[in-house]
Amino acid sequence: MLEGLPSPVRDEDTTAFWEACDRGELVVQQCSACRSFWWPPGPVCPACGSFEHEWTKVAGRASLYSWVVVEVPLAAGLEDQIPYAVGLVELDEGVRIVTTISGCEPASLEAGMRLRVEFGQPATSIFTFLPA
Amino acid sequence: MRAAIAGIGQTEYSKKSGRTELSLAAEAILAALADAGLTPRDVDGVVRYDWDNIDELTLSTHLGFENLRWMSQAGDGGPAGNASILHAMAAVQAGIATTVVCYRALNGRSGHRIGQGEATRQVAGDEAFQIPWGMVAPVTQFGQFARRHMIEYGTTSAQFGAVAVAMRKHAQLNPAAIMQKDLTLEDHQNSRMIADPLRLLDCCIESDGACAVIVTSLDRARDGRAEPVVLIAGAQASGPGGSAAVFRRDLGHSEARHCASDLWSRTEMTPGDVDAVMVYDHFTPFVIMALESYGFCSPGEGGPFVEDGRIELGRELPVNTHGGNLSEAYLQGMSHVIEAVRQIRGTSTAQVADASVVLSCCATAGTASAILLAKAA
Repeated sequence: MLEGLPSPVRDEDTTAFWEACDRGELVVQQCSACRSFWWPPGPVCPACGSFEHEWTKVAGRASLYSWVVVEVPLAAGLEDQIPYAVGLVELDEGVRIVTTISGCEPASLEAGMRLRVEFGQPATSIFTFLPA
Repeated sequence: MRAAIAGIGQTEYSKKSGRTELSLAAEAILAALADAGLTPRDVDGVVRYDWDNIDELTLSTHLGFENLRWMSQAGDGGPAGNASILHAMAAVQAGIATTVVCYRALNGRSGHRIGQGEATRQVAGDEAFQIPWGMVAPVTQFGQFARRHMIEYGTTSAQFGAVAVAMRKHAQLNPAAIMQKDLTLEDHQNSRMIADPLRLLDCCIESDGACAVIVTSLDRARDGRAEPVVLIAGAQASGPGGSAAVFRRDLGHSEARHCASDLWSRTEMTPGDVDAVMVYDHFTPFVIMALESYGFCSPGEGGPFVEDGRIELGRELPVNTHGGNLSEAYLQGMSHVIEAVRQIRGTSTAQVADASVVLSCCATAGTASAILLAKAA
Protein backbone atom coordinates (compact mmCIF):
# COMPACT_ATOMS: atom_id res chain seq x y z
CA MET A 1 0.00 0.00 0.00
CA LEU A 2 1.29 3.47 -0.73
CA GLU A 3 1.40 5.87 2.16
CA GLY A 4 1.26 9.60 2.43
CA LEU A 5 -0.84 10.29 -0.65
CA PRO A 6 -3.91 12.51 -0.57
CA SER A 7 -6.82 10.82 1.12
CA PRO A 8 -10.18 10.54 -0.60
CA VAL A 9 -13.09 12.78 0.27
CA ARG A 10 -16.06 10.76 1.43
CA ASP A 11 -19.32 12.20 0.16
CA GLU A 12 -22.92 11.03 -0.16
CA ASP A 13 -22.14 9.21 -3.40
CA THR A 14 -19.01 7.39 -2.23
CA THR A 15 -19.05 6.93 1.55
CA ALA A 16 -20.44 3.40 1.29
CA PHE A 17 -17.48 2.37 -0.83
CA TRP A 18 -14.88 3.73 1.58
CA GLU A 19 -16.68 2.30 4.62
CA ALA A 20 -16.63 -1.11 2.94
CA CYS A 21 -12.89 -0.69 2.42
CA ASP A 22 -12.56 0.05 6.15
CA ARG A 23 -14.15 -3.38 6.73
CA GLY A 24 -11.82 -5.00 4.20
CA GLU A 25 -14.51 -5.47 1.58
CA LEU A 26 -14.43 -4.51 -2.08
CA VAL A 27 -17.86 -3.38 -3.22
CA VAL A 28 -19.08 -2.07 -6.56
CA GLN A 29 -22.38 -0.34 -7.30
CA GLN A 30 -24.94 -2.50 -9.07
CA CYS A 31 -28.04 -0.97 -10.61
CA SER A 32 -31.31 -2.15 -9.09
CA ALA A 33 -33.12 -1.66 -12.38
CA CYS A 34 -30.80 -3.09 -15.04
CA ARG A 35 -28.27 -5.02 -12.88
CA SER A 36 -25.28 -3.29 -14.50
CA PHE A 37 -22.15 -2.65 -12.50
CA TRP A 38 -20.48 0.70 -12.95
CA TRP A 39 -17.22 2.42 -12.05
CA PRO A 40 -16.15 4.95 -10.90
CA PRO A 41 -18.77 5.33 -8.14
CA GLY A 42 -21.49 7.85 -8.77
CA PRO A 43 -25.12 8.65 -8.05
CA VAL A 44 -26.79 7.30 -11.19
CA CYS A 45 -26.54 4.24 -13.42
CA PRO A 46 -24.78 5.31 -16.64
CA ALA A 47 -26.53 2.53 -18.56
CA CYS A 48 -30.18 3.24 -17.69
CA GLY A 49 -30.37 6.40 -15.55
CA SER A 50 -31.74 4.74 -12.41
CA PHE A 51 -30.85 6.27 -9.04
CA GLU A 52 -31.49 2.94 -7.26
CA HIS A 53 -28.54 0.67 -6.63
CA GLU A 54 -26.89 -1.70 -4.21
CA TRP A 55 -23.24 -1.92 -3.22
CA THR A 56 -22.46 -5.49 -4.20
CA LYS A 57 -19.52 -7.25 -2.60
CA VAL A 58 -17.35 -8.54 -5.45
CA ALA A 59 -15.12 -11.58 -5.49
CA GLY A 60 -11.93 -9.56 -5.49
CA ARG A 61 -10.52 -11.42 -8.48
CA ALA A 62 -9.28 -9.66 -11.58
CA SER A 63 -7.10 -9.79 -14.64
CA LEU A 64 -4.37 -7.25 -15.30
CA TYR A 65 -5.37 -4.86 -18.12
CA SER A 66 -2.63 -2.24 -18.13
CA TRP A 67 -0.04 -0.68 -15.85
CA VAL A 68 2.93 1.62 -15.52
CA VAL A 69 5.90 1.24 -13.19
CA VAL A 70 6.64 4.57 -11.53
CA GLU A 71 10.38 5.00 -11.10
CA VAL A 72 10.65 8.63 -10.05
CA PRO A 73 8.82 10.35 -7.16
CA LEU A 74 6.02 12.17 -8.95
CA ALA A 75 4.51 13.49 -5.73
CA ALA A 76 5.84 14.43 -2.33
CA GLY A 77 6.16 11.47 0.00
CA LEU A 78 6.87 8.90 -2.71
CA GLU A 79 10.66 9.13 -2.53
CA ASP A 80 11.00 5.94 -0.47
CA GLN A 81 8.16 4.06 -2.13
CA ILE A 82 9.35 3.87 -5.73
CA PRO A 83 9.37 1.83 -7.83
CA TYR A 84 5.73 0.80 -7.71
CA ALA A 85 3.28 -0.48 -10.25
CA VAL A 86 -0.08 1.25 -10.68
CA GLY A 87 -2.56 0.14 -13.28
CA LEU A 88 -5.98 -1.04 -14.23
CA VAL A 89 -7.35 -4.43 -13.36
CA GLU A 90 -10.54 -5.87 -14.78
CA LEU A 91 -12.66 -7.39 -12.06
CA ASP A 92 -14.40 -10.64 -12.93
CA GLU A 93 -17.66 -8.69 -12.56
CA GLY A 94 -16.64 -6.62 -15.61
CA VAL A 95 -15.59 -3.22 -14.27
CA ARG A 96 -12.03 -1.98 -14.44
CA ILE A 97 -10.51 -0.21 -11.45
CA VAL A 98 -7.26 1.59 -10.65
CA THR A 99 -5.00 -0.12 -8.12
CA THR A 100 -1.40 -0.73 -7.22
CA ILE A 101 -0.12 -4.14 -8.16
CA SER A 102 2.18 -5.65 -5.55
CA GLY A 103 3.74 -8.90 -4.49
CA CYS A 104 5.93 -9.47 -7.52
CA GLU A 105 8.69 -7.81 -9.48
CA PRO A 106 7.22 -5.12 -11.73
CA ALA A 107 9.18 -6.60 -14.62
CA SER A 108 7.24 -9.83 -14.25
CA LEU A 109 3.85 -8.23 -14.85
CA GLU A 110 2.03 -9.54 -17.89
CA ALA A 111 -1.23 -8.51 -19.49
CA GLY A 112 -4.02 -10.83 -18.43
CA MET A 113 -2.34 -12.19 -15.33
CA ARG A 114 -4.71 -13.21 -12.57
CA LEU A 115 -4.79 -11.10 -9.44
CA ARG A 116 -6.58 -10.96 -6.09
CA VAL A 117 -7.36 -8.04 -3.80
CA GLU A 118 -5.70 -7.57 -0.45
CA PHE A 119 -6.65 -4.84 1.99
CA GLY A 120 -4.32 -2.84 4.20
CA GLN A 121 -4.88 -1.63 7.68
CA PRO A 122 -8.35 -0.20 8.26
CA ALA A 123 -6.92 3.24 8.80
CA THR A 124 -5.63 3.46 5.27
CA SER A 125 -8.81 2.08 3.66
CA ILE A 126 -6.70 1.19 0.67
CA PHE A 127 -6.14 -2.10 -1.11
CA THR A 128 -3.67 -3.58 -3.55
CA PHE A 129 -3.85 -6.49 -5.95
CA LEU A 130 -1.42 -9.39 -5.81
CA PRO A 131 -0.78 -12.30 -8.13
CA ALA A 132 -3.59 -14.78 -7.49
CA MET B 1 -20.21 31.37 -45.16
CA ARG B 2 -16.66 30.17 -44.64
CA ALA B 3 -14.62 31.05 -41.59
CA ALA B 4 -10.91 31.75 -41.69
CA ILE B 5 -7.96 32.43 -39.46
CA ALA B 6 -7.09 36.07 -40.04
CA GLY B 7 -4.24 36.51 -37.59
CA ILE B 8 -1.81 34.72 -35.29
CA GLY B 9 0.39 35.92 -32.47
CA GLN B 10 2.68 34.51 -29.81
CA THR B 11 5.06 35.55 -27.07
CA GLU B 12 8.54 34.25 -26.49
CA TYR B 13 8.44 30.69 -25.15
CA SER B 14 10.64 30.08 -22.12
CA LYS B 15 11.05 28.25 -18.83
CA LYS B 16 10.54 31.42 -16.85
CA SER B 17 8.65 34.28 -18.38
CA GLY B 18 8.99 36.58 -15.40
CA ARG B 19 5.58 37.96 -16.33
CA THR B 20 1.98 37.39 -15.37
CA GLU B 21 -0.22 35.21 -17.49
CA LEU B 22 -2.36 38.29 -18.19
CA SER B 23 0.66 40.07 -19.62
CA LEU B 24 1.47 37.05 -21.79
CA ALA B 25 -2.13 36.74 -23.00
CA ALA B 26 -2.30 40.44 -23.78
CA GLU B 27 0.88 40.39 -25.85
CA ALA B 28 -0.17 37.34 -27.86
CA ILE B 29 -3.70 38.61 -28.50
CA LEU B 30 -2.61 42.11 -29.48
CA ALA B 31 0.00 40.61 -31.80
CA ALA B 32 -2.62 38.38 -33.41
CA LEU B 33 -4.97 41.31 -33.90
CA ALA B 34 -2.17 43.39 -35.43
CA ASP B 35 -1.28 40.46 -37.70
CA ALA B 36 -4.89 40.45 -38.87
CA GLY B 37 -4.94 44.22 -39.35
CA LEU B 38 -7.62 44.49 -36.62
CA THR B 39 -7.91 46.17 -33.22
CA PRO B 40 -9.40 45.24 -29.83
CA ARG B 41 -12.43 47.33 -30.74
CA ASP B 42 -13.19 44.82 -33.51
CA VAL B 43 -13.31 41.85 -31.14
CA ASP B 44 -16.78 40.52 -30.40
CA GLY B 45 -16.04 36.95 -29.37
CA VAL B 46 -13.70 35.17 -27.01
CA VAL B 47 -13.12 31.43 -26.55
CA ARG B 48 -11.02 30.17 -23.69
CA TYR B 49 -9.68 26.85 -22.48
CA ASP B 50 -11.36 25.52 -19.35
CA TRP B 51 -7.91 25.44 -17.80
CA ASP B 52 -6.84 28.98 -18.68
CA ASN B 53 -6.47 31.34 -15.72
CA ILE B 54 -7.26 34.43 -17.81
CA ASP B 55 -10.97 34.88 -18.44
CA GLU B 56 -12.75 36.88 -21.10
CA LEU B 57 -13.86 39.74 -18.87
CA THR B 58 -10.31 40.24 -17.61
CA LEU B 59 -9.26 40.52 -21.24
CA SER B 60 -12.07 42.98 -21.89
CA THR B 61 -10.91 45.19 -19.07
CA HIS B 62 -7.23 45.16 -19.90
CA LEU B 63 -7.33 45.00 -23.71
CA GLY B 64 -10.31 47.25 -24.30
CA PHE B 65 -12.87 44.90 -25.80
CA GLU B 66 -16.12 46.83 -26.02
CA ASN B 67 -18.82 44.52 -27.23
CA LEU B 68 -18.47 40.80 -26.62
CA ARG B 69 -21.30 38.82 -28.20
CA TRP B 70 -19.85 35.32 -27.90
CA MET B 71 -18.07 33.81 -24.94
CA SER B 72 -17.44 30.12 -24.62
CA GLN B 73 -15.11 27.59 -23.06
CA ALA B 74 -13.75 24.93 -25.32
CA GLY B 75 -13.06 22.11 -22.90
CA ASP B 76 -10.20 20.88 -20.80
CA GLY B 77 -6.63 20.07 -21.67
CA GLY B 78 -5.02 19.92 -25.06
CA PRO B 79 -8.11 19.30 -27.20
CA ALA B 80 -9.26 22.80 -26.30
CA GLY B 81 -6.82 24.24 -28.84
CA ASN B 82 -8.49 22.99 -32.00
CA ALA B 83 -11.81 23.02 -30.20
CA SER B 84 -11.47 26.76 -29.54
CA ILE B 85 -11.16 27.29 -33.27
CA LEU B 86 -14.24 25.12 -33.81
CA HIS B 87 -16.21 27.26 -31.37
CA ALA B 88 -15.04 30.42 -33.13
CA MET B 89 -16.01 28.95 -36.52
CA ALA B 90 -19.47 28.17 -35.16
CA ALA B 91 -19.88 31.69 -33.79
CA VAL B 92 -18.83 33.32 -37.04
CA GLN B 93 -20.80 30.97 -39.28
CA ALA B 94 -23.91 31.44 -37.15
CA GLY B 95 -23.58 35.18 -37.58
CA ILE B 96 -23.32 35.74 -33.84
CA ALA B 97 -19.81 37.17 -33.83
CA THR B 98 -17.47 38.55 -36.49
CA THR B 99 -14.05 38.60 -34.83
CA VAL B 100 -13.26 35.88 -32.31
CA VAL B 101 -10.15 35.65 -30.16
CA CYS B 102 -8.82 32.19 -29.25
CA TYR B 103 -5.82 31.97 -26.95
CA ARG B 104 -3.80 30.07 -24.40
CA ALA B 105 -1.57 31.72 -21.82
CA LEU B 106 0.27 29.90 -19.08
CA ASN B 107 3.32 30.00 -16.87
CA GLY B 108 3.41 26.23 -17.20
CA ARG B 109 7.02 25.89 -16.12
CA SER B 110 7.63 28.67 -13.63
CA GLY B 111 4.12 28.44 -12.20
CA HIS B 112 1.72 25.56 -11.75
CA ARG B 113 3.20 22.54 -13.53
CA ILE B 114 0.53 20.34 -15.06
CA GLY B 115 2.80 17.32 -15.23
CA GLN B 116 3.39 16.98 -11.54
CA GLY B 117 1.31 15.50 -8.77
CA GLU B 118 -0.70 17.96 -6.75
CA ALA B 119 0.38 18.73 -3.21
CA THR B 120 -3.08 18.43 -1.70
CA ARG B 121 -4.19 16.54 1.36
CA GLN B 122 -7.52 15.33 0.04
CA VAL B 123 -8.87 14.38 -3.33
CA ALA B 124 -12.49 14.31 -4.45
CA GLY B 125 -14.44 13.14 -7.48
CA ASP B 126 -13.20 10.52 -9.89
CA GLU B 127 -9.60 11.29 -8.97
CA ALA B 128 -10.32 9.82 -5.51
CA PHE B 129 -10.25 6.48 -7.32
CA GLN B 130 -6.86 7.14 -8.93
CA ILE B 131 -4.56 9.31 -6.84
CA PRO B 132 -4.57 7.33 -3.56
CA TRP B 133 -3.16 4.38 -5.51
CA GLY B 134 -0.30 6.40 -6.92
CA MET B 135 -1.85 7.46 -10.21
CA VAL B 136 -0.73 10.93 -9.26
CA ALA B 137 0.33 12.64 -12.48
CA PRO B 138 -0.67 12.63 -16.16
CA VAL B 139 2.27 10.40 -17.14
CA THR B 140 0.83 7.62 -14.94
CA GLN B 141 -2.54 7.89 -16.71
CA PHE B 142 -1.33 8.24 -20.27
CA GLY B 143 1.21 5.49 -19.75
CA GLN B 144 -1.69 3.06 -19.37
CA PHE B 145 -2.67 3.79 -22.99
CA ALA B 146 0.89 3.40 -24.20
CA ARG B 147 1.14 0.02 -22.48
CA ARG B 148 -2.07 -1.20 -24.12
CA HIS B 149 -0.85 -0.13 -27.54
CA MET B 150 2.33 -2.12 -26.97
CA ILE B 151 0.33 -5.13 -25.77
CA GLU B 152 -2.20 -5.06 -28.60
CA TYR B 153 0.09 -4.15 -31.49
CA GLY B 154 3.68 -4.77 -30.44
CA THR B 155 4.48 -1.06 -30.60
CA THR B 156 7.93 -0.41 -29.16
CA SER B 157 9.70 2.21 -27.10
CA ALA B 158 12.01 2.81 -30.06
CA GLN B 159 8.97 3.76 -32.13
CA PHE B 160 7.97 6.26 -29.44
CA GLY B 161 11.55 7.51 -29.76
CA ALA B 162 11.19 8.05 -33.51
CA VAL B 163 8.53 10.63 -32.68
CA ALA B 164 10.80 12.39 -30.20
CA VAL B 165 13.66 12.46 -32.71
CA ALA B 166 11.47 13.99 -35.44
CA MET B 167 10.11 16.66 -33.10
CA ARG B 168 13.61 17.71 -32.10
CA LYS B 169 14.81 17.91 -35.70
CA HIS B 170 11.98 20.30 -36.48
CA ALA B 171 12.59 22.30 -33.32
CA GLN B 172 16.20 22.80 -34.33
CA LEU B 173 14.96 24.69 -37.40
CA ASN B 174 12.71 26.87 -35.21
CA PRO B 175 14.41 29.70 -33.29
CA ALA B 176 11.38 29.98 -31.00
CA ALA B 177 11.73 26.39 -29.84
CA ILE B 178 13.04 25.84 -26.33
CA MET B 179 14.77 22.51 -26.98
CA GLN B 180 17.66 22.90 -29.41
CA LYS B 181 20.14 20.15 -28.55
CA ASP B 182 20.58 17.13 -30.83
CA LEU B 183 18.42 14.17 -29.87
CA THR B 184 19.18 10.72 -31.25
CA LEU B 185 17.20 7.54 -30.84
CA GLU B 186 19.98 6.33 -28.54
CA ASP B 187 19.51 9.43 -26.38
CA HIS B 188 15.81 8.63 -26.16
CA GLN B 189 16.43 5.04 -25.18
CA ASN B 190 18.93 6.14 -22.55
CA SER B 191 16.68 8.79 -21.08
CA ARG B 192 15.38 8.30 -17.58
CA MET B 193 12.36 6.03 -17.15
CA ILE B 194 9.56 7.99 -15.51
CA ALA B 195 6.55 5.64 -15.54
CA ASP B 196 7.50 2.58 -17.55
CA PRO B 197 6.93 2.46 -20.54
CA LEU B 198 7.24 6.28 -20.68
CA ARG B 199 10.69 7.84 -20.49
CA LEU B 200 11.62 11.46 -19.87
CA LEU B 201 11.94 12.09 -23.61
CA ASP B 202 8.48 10.64 -24.22
CA CYS B 203 6.98 13.48 -22.19
CA CYS B 204 6.39 17.02 -23.39
CA ILE B 205 8.26 19.89 -21.83
CA GLU B 206 6.58 22.50 -19.65
CA SER B 207 6.77 26.14 -20.71
CA ASP B 208 5.79 29.70 -20.08
CA GLY B 209 4.19 31.64 -22.92
CA ALA B 210 1.05 32.53 -24.80
CA CYS B 211 -0.34 32.32 -28.29
CA ALA B 212 -3.49 33.59 -29.91
CA VAL B 213 -5.51 33.21 -33.08
CA ILE B 214 -8.15 35.50 -34.61
CA VAL B 215 -11.05 33.88 -36.44
CA THR B 216 -13.28 35.87 -38.79
CA SER B 217 -15.30 35.20 -41.91
CA LEU B 218 -13.21 34.43 -44.98
CA ASP B 219 -14.43 37.64 -46.66
CA ARG B 220 -13.31 39.71 -43.70
CA ALA B 221 -9.98 37.90 -43.57
CA ARG B 222 -9.40 38.60 -47.27
CA ASP B 223 -9.66 42.30 -46.44
CA GLY B 224 -7.13 41.91 -43.66
CA ARG B 225 -3.41 42.27 -43.49
CA ALA B 226 -2.20 38.65 -43.62
CA GLU B 227 -2.95 35.82 -46.03
CA PRO B 228 -6.24 34.27 -44.85
CA VAL B 229 -6.27 30.59 -43.98
CA VAL B 230 -9.60 28.89 -44.67
CA LEU B 231 -11.15 26.73 -41.98
CA ILE B 232 -12.51 23.84 -44.03
CA ALA B 233 -13.92 21.77 -41.15
CA GLY B 234 -13.65 21.27 -37.43
CA ALA B 235 -14.69 18.73 -34.82
CA GLN B 236 -14.66 18.23 -31.08
CA ALA B 237 -15.72 14.92 -29.62
CA SER B 238 -15.77 12.44 -26.80
CA GLY B 239 -17.12 9.09 -27.84
CA PRO B 240 -19.61 6.62 -26.39
CA GLY B 241 -18.52 4.51 -23.47
CA GLY B 242 -15.79 7.06 -22.97
CA SER B 243 -15.55 8.64 -19.60
CA ALA B 244 -12.44 10.64 -18.98
CA ALA B 245 -8.96 9.23 -18.93
CA VAL B 246 -8.29 5.74 -17.64
CA PHE B 247 -11.90 4.78 -16.98
CA ARG B 248 -12.60 4.46 -20.68
CA ARG B 249 -13.29 0.96 -21.95
CA ASP B 250 -10.63 0.88 -24.62
CA LEU B 251 -7.20 2.22 -23.81
CA GLY B 252 -5.56 0.78 -26.92
CA HIS B 253 -6.81 3.67 -28.99
CA SER B 254 -6.90 7.35 -28.30
CA GLU B 255 -10.24 9.05 -27.89
CA ALA B 256 -10.28 10.33 -31.44
CA ARG B 257 -12.09 7.92 -33.67
CA HIS B 258 -15.40 9.71 -33.23
CA CYS B 259 -13.77 13.08 -33.72
CA ALA B 260 -12.00 11.86 -36.83
CA SER B 261 -15.15 10.45 -38.40
CA ASP B 262 -16.99 13.69 -37.64
CA LEU B 263 -14.21 15.78 -39.15
CA TRP B 264 -13.88 13.80 -42.35
CA SER B 265 -17.68 13.69 -42.75
CA ARG B 266 -17.69 17.50 -42.91
CA THR B 267 -15.45 17.80 -45.96
CA GLU B 268 -14.84 16.20 -49.34
CA MET B 269 -11.15 16.09 -48.50
CA THR B 270 -9.48 12.96 -47.18
CA PRO B 271 -6.29 12.18 -45.25
CA GLY B 272 -4.57 11.72 -48.61
CA ASP B 273 -5.02 15.44 -49.33
CA VAL B 274 -3.12 16.51 -46.22
CA ASP B 275 0.35 17.96 -46.77
CA ALA B 276 1.40 18.25 -43.13
CA VAL B 277 -0.21 17.41 -39.82
CA MET B 278 0.11 19.03 -36.42
CA VAL B 279 -0.54 16.33 -33.86
CA TYR B 280 -0.97 17.02 -30.17
CA ASP B 281 2.15 15.50 -28.65
CA HIS B 282 1.87 15.55 -24.87
CA PHE B 283 3.34 12.05 -24.96
CA THR B 284 4.99 10.36 -27.93
CA PRO B 285 2.64 7.33 -28.12
CA PHE B 286 -0.32 9.65 -28.68
CA VAL B 287 1.19 10.87 -31.94
CA ILE B 288 1.22 7.25 -33.09
CA MET B 289 -2.37 6.74 -31.94
CA ALA B 290 -3.58 10.00 -33.51
CA LEU B 291 -2.09 9.14 -36.89
CA GLU B 292 -4.08 5.89 -36.72
CA SER B 293 -7.29 7.54 -35.53
CA TYR B 294 -7.25 10.28 -38.15
CA GLY B 295 -6.74 7.80 -40.96
CA PHE B 296 -3.11 8.23 -41.99
CA CYS B 297 -2.46 4.55 -41.28
CA SER B 298 -4.43 1.60 -39.95
CA PRO B 299 -4.88 0.88 -36.23
CA GLY B 300 -1.75 -0.81 -35.00
CA GLU B 301 0.34 0.41 -37.94
CA GLY B 302 1.27 3.69 -36.27
CA GLY B 303 4.49 2.38 -34.75
CA PRO B 304 6.03 1.29 -38.06
CA PHE B 305 4.56 4.40 -39.72
CA VAL B 306 6.65 6.82 -37.66
CA GLU B 307 9.89 4.90 -38.09
CA ASP B 308 12.69 5.77 -40.50
CA GLY B 309 11.93 9.47 -40.54
CA ARG B 310 8.63 9.19 -42.37
CA ILE B 311 7.16 12.05 -40.28
CA GLU B 312 10.13 14.38 -40.79
CA LEU B 313 10.35 17.39 -43.08
CA GLY B 314 10.89 16.34 -46.66
CA ARG B 315 9.33 12.93 -46.16
CA GLU B 316 5.87 11.44 -46.68
CA LEU B 317 3.94 13.18 -43.87
CA PRO B 318 5.72 15.89 -41.88
CA VAL B 319 4.39 16.07 -38.33
CA ASN B 320 4.75 19.05 -36.00
CA THR B 321 7.06 21.12 -38.11
CA HIS B 322 7.48 23.54 -35.18
CA GLY B 323 8.80 20.87 -32.84
CA GLY B 324 5.54 20.37 -30.97
CA ASN B 325 4.89 20.10 -27.27
CA LEU B 326 7.87 17.81 -27.06
CA SER B 327 10.49 20.26 -28.29
CA GLU B 328 9.10 23.72 -29.15
CA ALA B 329 6.94 24.60 -26.16
CA TYR B 330 3.89 23.32 -24.32
CA LEU B 331 1.06 25.66 -25.12
CA GLN B 332 -1.49 22.85 -24.97
CA GLY B 333 -2.37 22.79 -28.62
CA MET B 334 -2.76 26.43 -29.58
CA SER B 335 0.82 26.50 -30.88
CA HIS B 336 -0.11 23.62 -33.18
CA VAL B 337 -2.89 25.74 -34.68
CA ILE B 338 -0.41 28.57 -35.24
CA GLU B 339 2.07 26.29 -36.97
CA ALA B 340 -0.69 24.91 -39.20
CA VAL B 341 -1.47 28.49 -40.23
CA ARG B 342 2.20 29.17 -40.96
CA GLN B 343 2.43 26.09 -43.18
CA ILE B 344 -0.53 27.28 -45.25
CA ARG B 345 0.91 30.81 -45.45
CA GLY B 346 4.32 29.46 -46.43
CA THR B 347 6.04 31.04 -43.44
CA SER B 348 7.00 28.01 -41.34
CA THR B 349 10.58 27.56 -40.19
CA ALA B 350 10.31 24.01 -41.56
CA GLN B 351 8.19 24.72 -44.60
CA VAL B 352 6.60 21.86 -46.49
CA ALA B 353 6.79 22.69 -50.19
CA ASP B 354 3.43 23.84 -51.60
CA ALA B 355 1.53 23.03 -48.42
CA SER B 356 -2.09 23.80 -49.17
CA VAL B 357 -4.00 21.49 -46.80
CA VAL B 358 -2.98 21.00 -43.16
CA LEU B 359 -4.70 19.10 -40.37
CA SER B 360 -4.29 20.10 -36.74
CA CYS B 361 -5.52 17.21 -34.64
CA CYS B 362 -5.57 16.13 -31.07
CA ALA B 363 -6.28 12.79 -29.48
CA THR B 364 -5.93 12.34 -25.77
CA ALA B 365 -7.50 10.28 -23.07
CA GLY B 366 -11.08 11.45 -22.87
CA THR B 367 -11.61 14.00 -25.62
CA ALA B 368 -10.37 14.91 -29.06
CA SER B 369 -10.49 17.78 -31.50
CA ALA B 370 -9.37 18.60 -35.01
CA ILE B 371 -9.45 21.36 -37.58
CA LEU B 372 -8.65 21.20 -41.28
CA LEU B 373 -7.07 24.29 -42.82
CA ALA B 374 -6.42 25.18 -46.45
CA LYS B 375 -5.24 27.91 -48.75
CA ALA B 376 -7.97 30.26 -49.88
CA ALA B 377 -8.81 29.84 -53.52
